[in-house]
Amino acid sequence: MSNEAAIQSGAIAHEVQEQADIHHHHESFISKYIFSQDHKMIAKQYLITGMIWALIGGGMSVLFRIQLGFPEATFPWLEDIFGHWAKGGRISAEFYYSLVTMHGTILIFFVLTAGLTGTFANFLIPFQVGARDMASPFMNMLSYWIFVLASIVMLSSLFVQTGPASGGWTVYPPLSAIGDAAIGSKTGMDLWLVSMALFVVSQLLAGLNYVSTILNMRTKGMTMTRLPLTVWGIFFTAALGILSFPVLFSGFILLMFDRNLGTSFFLSDLVVNGNVLPNEGGSAILYQHLFWFLGHPEVYIIILPTMGIVSEIMSVHARKPIFGYTAMVASLFAIAVLSFLVWAHHMFVSGMNPFLGSIFVLLTLLIAVPSSIKVFNWLTTLWRGNIRFTVGMLFCIGFVSNFISGGLTGIWVGNSTIDMHVHDTYFNIAHFHIVMGVSAFMGMFAGVYHWFPKMYGRYMNNTLGYIHFWITLICAYVIFWPMHYEGFAGMPRRYYDYSNWESFKQFAELNKVISFAAIVSFLAQLMFLVNFFYSIFKGRKVTSKNPWQANTLEWTTPIHPIHGNWPGEIPEVHRWPYDYGKDGIDFIPQTEPVAPGESGDH
Amino acid sequence: MTSNEYFIIIIALLVFIVIFQIAKASEFVSILRGEKRAEKQSNRINGFLMLVFLIGGLIAAWWCNHVLYDKTLLGVPAASEHGEHIDTMMWITLIITGVVFLLTQILLFWFAYRYQESDKRKAYYYPHNNTLELIWTAVPAITFTILIAFGLYYWFQITGEAPKDSMEVEITGHQFQWEYRYPGKDNVFGRQHYTLVDASKSNPLGQDWNDVANHDDLHPSEMHLVVNKPVKLIIRAQDVIHDVGLPHFRLKMDAVPGMPTTLWFTPKYTTEEMKKITGNENFVYEIACDQVCGVGHYSMRGVIVVETQEEYDKWVATQKPQFLTAFPNGLPSTTAGAPDATGLQNSTVAQVEGQH
Repeated sequence: MSNEAAIQSGAIAHEVQEQADIHHHHESFISKYIFSQDHKMIAKQYLITGMIWALIGGGMSVLFRIQLGFPEATFPWLEDIFGHWAKGGRISAEFYYSLVTMHGTILIFFVLTAGLTGTFANFLIPFQVGARDMASPFMNMLSYWIFVLASIVMLSSLFVQTGPASGGWTVYPPLSAIGDAAIGSKTGMDLWLVSMALFVVSQLLAGLNYVSTILNMRTKGMTMTRLPLTVWGIFFTAALGILSFPVLFSGFILLMFDRNLGTSFFLSDLVVNGNVLPNEGGSAILYQHLFWFLGHPEVYIIILPTMGIVSEIMSVHARKPIFGYTAMVASLFAIAVLSFLVWAHHMFVSGMNPFLGSIFVLLTLLIAVPSSIKVFNWLTTLWRGNIRFTVGMLFCIGFVSNFISGGLTGIWVGNSTIDMHVHDTYFNIAHFHIVMGVSAFMGMFAGVYHWFPKMYGRYMNNTLGYIHFWITLICAYVIFWPMHYEGFAGMPRRYYDYSNWESFKQFAELNKVISFAAIVSFLAQLMFLVNFFYSIFKGRKVTSKNPWQANTLEWTTPIHPIHGNWPGEIPEVHRWPYDYGKDGIDFIPQTEPVAPGESGDH
Repeated sequence: MTSNEYFIIIIALLVFIVIFQIAKASEFVSILRGEKRAEKQSNRINGFLMLVFLIGGLIAAWWCNHVLYDKTLLGVPAASEHGEHIDTMMWITLIITGVVFLLTQILLFWFAYRYQESDKRKAYYYPHNNTLELIWTAVPAITFTILIAFGLYYWFQITGEAPKDSMEVEITGHQFQWEYRYPGKDNVFGRQHYTLVDASKSNPLGQDWNDVANHDDLHPSEMHLVVNKPVKLIIRAQDVIHDVGLPHFRLKMDAVPGMPTTLWFTPKYTTEEMKKITGNENFVYEIACDQVCGVGHYSMRGVIVVETQEEYDKWVATQKPQFLTAFPNGLPSTTAGAPDATGLQNSTVAQVEGQH
């Protein structure tokens, strides 16, 4: 403890110095809005960059849903926009495969990893642990701008003549390694790899910063057990990223070598287009192990921050402490550890030894235990609460609903026996879109609506928010629920056209319905974007520091927090963040000292 | 763009603007009427919608099942014994997860409706309860153990050794087609090596013609299997990863270049029987590529014909060995310019046996 105190007093001295600087500190446009080192500005930069990517990635899904829903129809305007990629007004097969590949890459990495964690980790960590900024604001800025660089490279790959990568977001070699195997495996694939390598660098810089800020920069009294669950969620996410992204990086480097330097890490015994290739001795399966060693933790990298966000917002608006704080942290920890031990459940039918597969079945179903604990704890948090349906709260409920639906089908696909039938079918598509696509977006929306007043000092429009929520929730289920049935028919994913298949063509009508719902859902997201940008400038103004009557530290800063967050000293923390409804008092902020006669600790 | 499309876009834009204006106006109204009152009203509306969504959602789920059930394989018996195990496993899992699904979703939306904000109620301070938490750690853990036990019991049966008397068929994927090879009368697959692949010389599978075992190997255009006779597939790929997906048998296995894989099963119904079972005149057993393999992935279709032993024997008698297609006049003395294959260690059978 004495150590911690020493560190903290050191940090405080540092802060006082910094505070003195702040008053004389005049920011230019560039240092304030572009190369900003302020965690709040970097968070907004991540958020808006993420929104641009979500628009592109979501728009791609609308395009390929047009093809899947209306394979016979022609839309001349598609040719007007995309030229030979949509010759005759019909999306070409090459274009289709590029679209599905980039849709996955963009949404998983650029939106739900960088956009989501980048926004809320940067925004909330310093606020909620009580720090003036990140441990290294410069490194923080650097991580954002390397992400921008990665974005530019990825974006440019959309415009090369042979098109962007098209071998699926997992880019399995040999398909991704050999230019002759697919046109997307030519220049587009090199750009994809360069972009992703930059992306990994950006994520490592960001992750190290998050972890060191949480461990070292907490204000006085803010012990680890008094951290809000948002910070815990982000902490484990950052740890997962730091430990697993380097493995993915190594896989990408080896793939680059195979592509450009004639090595054979992943290649062996190949005849492509009638040409016998010289590569021998590599293993295509090795790449899959390297990829999924990140690939599986990746889904938890996406979902853990939203679990934290949902826990926090749900507690605030149910006016009740989160149920089982310790169990919530423990299950986050268990998920984080186990997520490293389940990767090969993506490979049950890859030709991997079936005995090895059985071990991964065991570990996969094990990881479902902490997930179920979390669901039951959220339900109990709602029980006997006094629930205010703010838009953020609605999205939390949507999150839990989707997390249940998608989590339960995880028990299906995690069991190798069932996976053998539904692997790479629409059942799988439904499963992971619901559990980490829709759920993560729900959590992200909850966070945006909830912390928008802190970000911009204004509220987003409620009516538009309610409409956004209900359309999104209904469309999500209309899109993905029936896909389970397509999976029950064994209908494979990533097919451009099903009309020649006796076993799958009966779903033509259903595919129309799904595509229609996807388009409506996309329009609802546009409404969210309009609401967001309109409200930045014209939204209803926030008039009190703590509009939600919440306990956490960010609501003790001024409505428009300065660079450095608190004008005076950083407040001291005296309690955990979930004293809602304790001793009949609606809420007791963390800065409130324990009153004499107050009932015991939680 | 056609005028029709312009029309749709204009309508969509108008709807958008109307919604936006209403939303803006509703905010002004809420400020005029007092924010507290407006908040209470929207709270009631959303609380009610929670209940509507729950009930509507459950009805919609039932309806969805009603409409789609017959289009899936849920009502069609699995065409292999392994598939029956997989179906059993699916139903067990469906019942367990279905109960949990109903329970948790009903609680979620019911709680949301029931405990919406009211001036009369104070939230109940309830930070934790060790007994409850222990219960919902233990119950899922036990349930999952049961599911794992069933799952692995079947998994090891499915992936175990093929019976000794099973017939063997080799299936090879390349962009974007399946090739089949039967060992012929001698029941032995001849040696092959990927460097010998040359479709222009009628050798798409890289067979080594120096090996006499190759001379009677058949290379038909579709796969024929005998009903109730176990079959072991030896699965190969030449260029990228493919996947032999057999929805009616409920099975799937990747085809990986440089690493042959295997899959065995026993077909239970002939194609003719399945036509009756499914009530579909045009029924065929289809092989669907289930691992994205390039631009023609969606068209990589194969057909399996399951028939009686008699029909199968008749069919085999009509097939000509690939060797005779490549060399109608017998093997020339120079062995077709192929490298000396005696040193090649790639004998199909030896390598496949070594894998498992």
